[in-house]
Amino acid sequence: MLNPWMFVGLFLIVGLLIPVAAIVLSALLAPRKPNPIKLSTYECGMETVGDSWVQFKAQYYVFALVFLIFDVETVFLFPWALALNALPFFAVVEGIVFILILIAGLSFAWRKGMLEWV
Amino acid sequence: MDWMLLLEWVIKSFVLSLILLGGFAYLTWFERKVLARFQVRIGPNRAGPYALLQPIADAVKLIFKEEFTPARAEKILFFLAPIVTVVPALVVAAVVPWGPDIQIGSYTLRLYIADISVGVLYITAITSIAVYGITLAGWSSNNKYALMGGLRSSAQMVSYELALGFCFVIAILMSGSMRPIDIVDAQRNGWFFLIQPAGAFVFLIATLAEVNRAPFDMPEAEQELAAGFHSEYSGMKFALFFMAEYTKMITISSIAVTLFFGGYLGPFVDQLPFLGPIYMLAKIVALLFFMVWVRATLPRIRYDRLMAFGWKVLLPLTLALVLITAVGILLAQEVNPNLIWITPVISAFAGFFAIGLVDRSLRRKAYAAR
Repeated sequence: MLNPWMFVGLFLIVGLLIPVAAIVLSALLAPRKPNPIKLSTYECGMETVGDSWVQFKAQYYVFALVFLIFDVETVFLFPWALALNALPFFAVVEGIVFILILIAGLSFAWRKGMLEWV
Repeated sequence: MDWMLLLEWVIKSFVLSLILLGGFAYLTWFERKVLARFQVRIGPNRAGPYALLQPIADAVKLIFKEEFTPARAEKILFFLAPIVTVVPALVVAAVVPWGPDIQIGSYTLRLYIADISVGVLYITAITSIAVYGITLAGWSSNNKYALMGGLRSSAQMVSYELALGFCFVIAILMSGSMRPIDIVDAQRNGWFFLIQPAGAFVFLIATLAEVNRAPFDMPEAEQELAAGFHSEYSGMKFALFFMAEYTKMITISSIAVTLFFGGYLGPFVDQLPFLGPIYMLAKIVALLFFMVWVRATLPRIRYDRLMAFGWKVLLPLTLALVLITAVGILLAQEVNPNLIWITPVISAFAGFFAIGLVDRSLRRKAYAAR
């Protein structure tokens, strides 16, 4: 019963209630007079040509891949940082070597031009 | 007894979310007033004394605004996106301690929603979810500007999240705990801002990018993308995006205060525990003022430079700072506790070195010509 995650869950429900209540409230009170012009896509007055769901820059994907690698490795560093005081010397050095490998990976990506916005 | 406890936590959840909502409303007022002063204007001054009723007038107006979904949009995702953006902004606040325990008779009032042993991990996890909301909003609108805004914001938030994550590692290193309460407690002998000034500064920059504030407000760059990811949103759903941005400003400032600026600690807080929330609030307002100040001062930076700054400056710098902090803590622990003060010196040096590199590359002719 005293599990703190339960309170987080409770807070999540409260947090969900607020936007839903706001949307319901405005749905009840706001006027609703749609017409085709109003519902057309707004692109600064130009008529919309085609869908926007087409191929877009692959650069975003490359960044997402590099991010994924580094983000996972941040999470790997959390337990090491947490236990730094209790770790034997070897494990501390191990963690530092891990960070150095990260730096090597970053400079590799940099050298390969992955971080260049073209 | 258990039901009493449950009731207490329900009340606390509602109070905290109402504080955040009220904070959001008055943060808009605060920003408009402060920005006006920066630009030698008066700012809003009609609704009530000092325009204090302005946020209420805005809320009433937004509720009665007509709201429509573009005919070509993906309806379900279009509806869900604002909710997915708002909820994480509110829920992160659950782990932030607002003060020490307060004794009322035999009853102990705890000023946090949940005492999670992996609080910092929780913060990283929840802040990442906010990216989905903005990306989905951009994609589901079926509008070219909105799509570009959504994509830009996803790439940007993801890049600065790395720097943010390594700043969390620095705070964990210094406190030896992931519980926000322990992190605050560990700062009794000196705020982490003093031990790792460069880390705190990088954290503040990364939070600006994380909440899409100027000078990193690329996703909604008005001049290029109409309004970016929320071009197609109107009425209450637009207000929800607005609310998400401002609540995120408040919650992320409170996280910054907890991790680097001593949380609720201050003079006499142990004797008079009710001073805790007051100190906390004062520090949060100071950080919010800093955010508005930055917005008033700096122009928006170009997108390729924004990405380059995140990946080529902040990320290597934070990696170096993690190393410096770890070595400093080990030296302090093994040799002499006073050696901890090597950390701020070397990290400040690293920070200035990074600034120097940026300055040099900006001055280079080749870069300017591109």
